[in-house]
Amino acid sequence: MSGFKRDHKEEEDGGGNPFQNIEKTTVLQEARIFNETSVNPRKCTPILTKLLYMLNQGEQLSAKEATDVFFAMTKLFQSKDVILRRLVYLGIKELSSIADDVIIVTSSLTKDMTGKEDLYRAAAIRALCSITDATMLQAIERYMKQAIVDRNPAVSSAALVSSLHMAKLAPEVVKRWVNEAQEAVNSENIMVQYHALGLLYHIRKSDRLAVSKLVTRSIQTLMYTNVSLQKSSYAVCMLIRIAAKLIEEEGADRKSSKSQSPYFQYIESCFRHKSEMVVYEAAYAVVNLNNSTSQEVAQAISVLQLLSASPKPALRFAAVRTLNQVAISHPAAVTACNLDLENLITDSNRSIATLAITTLLKTGAESSVDRLMKQIATFVSEISDEFKVVVVQAIRALALKFPRKHTVLMNFLSAMLRDDGGLEYKASIADTIITIIEDNPEAKETGLAHLCEFIEDCEHVSLAVRILHLLGKEGPKTKQPSRYIRFIYNRVILECPSIRAAAVSAMAQFGASCPDLLENIQVLLARCQMDSDDEVRDRATYYSSILNRQDKALYNNYVLNTLQVSMPALEKSLSEYINLNTAQPFDIKSVPVVAVSKSENDVKQKPEGMLISSGPTKISPSRDENFADKLNSLPDAQSLGPHFKSSEIVELTESETEYVVKCIKHCYAQHLVLQFDCLNTLNDQLLENVRVQLDVSEGFEIINEIPCPKLPYNETGTTYVIVKFPDGDILNSVGTFGAVLKFIVKDCDPATGLPDIDEGYDDEYMLEELEITLADQIQKVNKANWGAAWEEAESTFHEIEDTYSLSSMNTLEEAVVNIIKYLGLQPAERSDKVPKGKSTHTLLLAGIFRGGVDILVRAKLALADGVTMQLTVRSTDQSIAELITSAIG
Amino acid sequence: MGVLFSYFKSLIGAREMRILILGLDGAGKTTILYRLQVGEVVTTIPTIGFNVEQVTYKNLKFQVWDLGGQTSIRPYWRCYYSNTDAIIYVVDSADKERMGISKDELFHMLREEELQDAILVVLANKQDIPGCMSLKEVHQALGLEALKNRTFQIFKTSATKGEGLDVAMEWLANALKNRK
Repeated sequence: MSGFKRDHKEEEDGGGNPFQNIEKTTVLQEARIFNETSVNPRKCTPILTKLLYMLNQGEQLSAKEATDVFFAMTKLFQSKDVILRRLVYLGIKELSSIADDVIIVTSSLTKDMTGKEDLYRAAAIRALCSITDATMLQAIERYMKQAIVDRNPAVSSAALVSSLHMAKLAPEVVKRWVNEAQEAVNSENIMVQYHALGLLYHIRKSDRLAVSKLVTRSIQTLMYTNVSLQKSSYAVCMLIRIAAKLIEEEGADRKSSKSQSPYFQYIESCFRHKSEMVVYEAAYAVVNLNNSTSQEVAQAISVLQLLSASPKPALRFAAVRTLNQVAISHPAAVTACNLDLENLITDSNRSIATLAITTLLKTGAESSVDRLMKQIATFVSEISDEFKVVVVQAIRALALKFPRKHTVLMNFLSAMLRDDGGLEYKASIADTIITIIEDNPEAKETGLAHLCEFIEDCEHVSLAVRILHLLGKEGPKTKQPSRYIRFIYNRVILECPSIRAAAVSAMAQFGASCPDLLENIQVLLARCQMDSDDEVRDRATYYSSILNRQDKALYNNYVLNTLQVSMPALEKSLSEYINLNTAQPFDIKSVPVVAVSKSENDVKQKPEGMLISSGPTKISPSRDENFADKLNSLPDAQSLGPHFKSSEIVELTESETEYVVKCIKHCYAQHLVLQFDCLNTLNDQLLENVRVQLDVSEGFEIINEIPCPKLPYNETGTTYVIVKFPDGDILNSVGTFGAVLKFIVKDCDPATGLPDIDEGYDDEYMLEELEITLADQIQKVNKANWGAAWEEAESTFHEIEDTYSLSSMNTLEEAVVNIIKYLGLQPAERSDKVPKGKSTHTLLLAGIFRGGVDILVRAKLALADGVTMQLTVRSTDQSIAELITSAIG
Repeated sequence: MGVLFSYFKSLIGAREMRILILGLDGAGKTTILYRLQVGEVVTTIPTIGFNVEQVTYKNLKFQVWDLGGQTSIRPYWRCYYSNTDAIIYVVDSADKERMGISKDELFHMLREEELQDAILVVLANKQDIPGCMSLKEVHQALGLEALKNRTFQIFKTSATKGEGLDVAMEWLANALKNRK
């Protein structure tokens, strides 16, 4: 009361922010006044306010400082001043994570949350939960349960939300409050309803059956009773989200269409809800469902169409933004809204206008592109970067759809490149141009020219480096490579060291690929050797001396195609080598070759709403390196040399059998380590001495078996078999092994898992045959310049050519996918993409065979009756080339 | 307005006396605090932390801090020692086994610099329980004869029955008034 008056006065007197110049030490000093015997609220209130202000400005307190001020603050509990007390609650919450021994206020807060003063209760609950840990929670459980069902909505809401937070610490305890939460769902208050539903869902979310029960019950009460329980629009929105999630989860094992699901019908019924928020949420949920048919989304789209004509900008924005997102997946359905979207192009809100135009671009016809591009150009400078990125993305989609429009789009992009903008925006433009260049050969020259112009004045180092790299790769293949050299050399003169270094590398690429430019490049590289930066000088010297040799093989290995090893593995090997202290030179072949990453294909998880979101996905270390560590712990693994490759998991049993066995094949230079992961699904059996008996094909030799000593119910154990490849007989290194799982069974009590008797009996279980394929022994390698490598290989490698008729393949795409999968090689120069409407295609592949033998494969495919293939294999080893040609067929 | 009124009154009237109620867990500190404040027995749970209440006795205002007695909380007692006028030390007379620990905690506390001038009242509580130690036995067990230079007195009480508290408070009020 009094504290407020003073604050008002200060504002009038001073003007501006009264807390502008506060200092941590002063505030902490002042806070000592809290320790005085009789508390003066008028003095303490502003000091506490300052403290809170300071903490929220990001000031850091040490644990000691925080603890001191925290204990001083506890003395304020003797005051009955309401404002001061409520500030104390805030202070407790702020300091709860920094100060030690915060549980000291437990009793006081418990008293306040159960006391008569309503102004204290909700805040006290929140503060109490912030200082409570899992062990202390039991002590306040009774009070929390009472608070959840309290008649005061503020108290009930506070308890529910706090419970939600506590559920992270002690899920088991909070689970016991489900009855109270259930009661709170029926509350009259809209917030309590919402929060209670949230808590209920959180408690049950791991149990799909319970969630569907919860939703069904909520839907039923909504539909069949007069008194609609879900008065709260917030709760309905959440219900829609949960229902949508259920539909998704059901989707996998349900054959009938979504529209028959009661949840889907419920969401559709929400289109007629009186709250616009709910209507939008329902439409959003429907259009975002995976694999919906156009019929299913039609109604949702028309709802969004209606919303996009709403007088409220927020609704228009939400509707258009959603339409924009759906335009990719259901262009036909969105086309129906084109008229409304046209009206929004001139919307006074720029964000809405941008989204409307980009949506139209995504769905529109080729003829309207020019008109729309002109329209965007009028205001593109007025919108924020974030929306410019949306525009760029739309252009990218457009360019892929209408390759003939590339000049208009490219010009527009280059104009955008010249404008000011952040890295993300510029990067997305550059990305788009690069995509267009790669996809559309006609656009290549103009695209490169635009990029050249862009790096003339580019403040983003990472972007400039990327573009220089691209120029080095693509430039030499153009009609007139020499024109790019000037742009690149300008960078050497004008830019910072990292760009200069990238420019040097790019120039070397030209030197290696265009013999007529070599002389000029050498002159330029010679100049670069005077550079002030070490890296730039090193690169110039390195490239200059390689180019001097005039040796094609050197060019290919050291300029055009870069090192293919996995960087972490290289680092590890090098540090091991240094520690060894031997006179032997370091062998680069001993470093595992990096597998071409598949991350691009990983499905991006779409963000979901609050409460129903999944945590951030963890980035796991490379799969192969994980295995390598595990394998190195095997007794014999050390002698096998470096680990070469691990295969995908192969299942050797049906998934629902008594024992589930999966196999991973780890390939070494001369050996194969077979890892069998076995799962025992019988709860009345304990397996011992589990091993896999292999019937190997001719030439293979079993070196060692490492059994799994014990395999209890529901646990996965691992047994290994080490096999040696046929000596010097590479042609026989593919084959099929028969496999039998052998073990000793001990019957045991399902409840305890202890065996009934000591003596077990031998038993065995037939497994499916295990195939050792070509792909297991080949590591994919990315050749940036496949053509050069191929030419060079003509003279030095062994070549074998053969023609096959692949009668089971009906399309070129199918043939390409199968060949890549079968041979386990990496497609080069985007040759894995078959252009539409062609009847012939050439697939270029590269890889390394175990032991470090290079393989290059060219497959010429022609579509006739089935697919005819002419396969040319070049490899440094004659027998490996033979193996590959003989393996197909 | 009541807050404001009492606030002014406390400014005009004498300074509030600050009293700590200490003792082992389960001695009856919280029960005594609320017996003093509202005059009745309330159900209590183990105090995690503290309770603070204003108690008026014969026109004297006391600000009474009841600090939790569990082993884990005893180290924090010292955070609340400063400016203390009097200590009420509560002992469970029926808990013979822990009398030694109680004694140690008492003397440990009395050694604190900040408490040198504090008046000490020892309450031998739970006298209603059959077979409990008598006043004399408690006095002896706590080794109170060793106390020199301190105003102190020991009383037998039963917080649940409300016996003995009045006498003790009467004595404490007088002692505080007579203090220099």
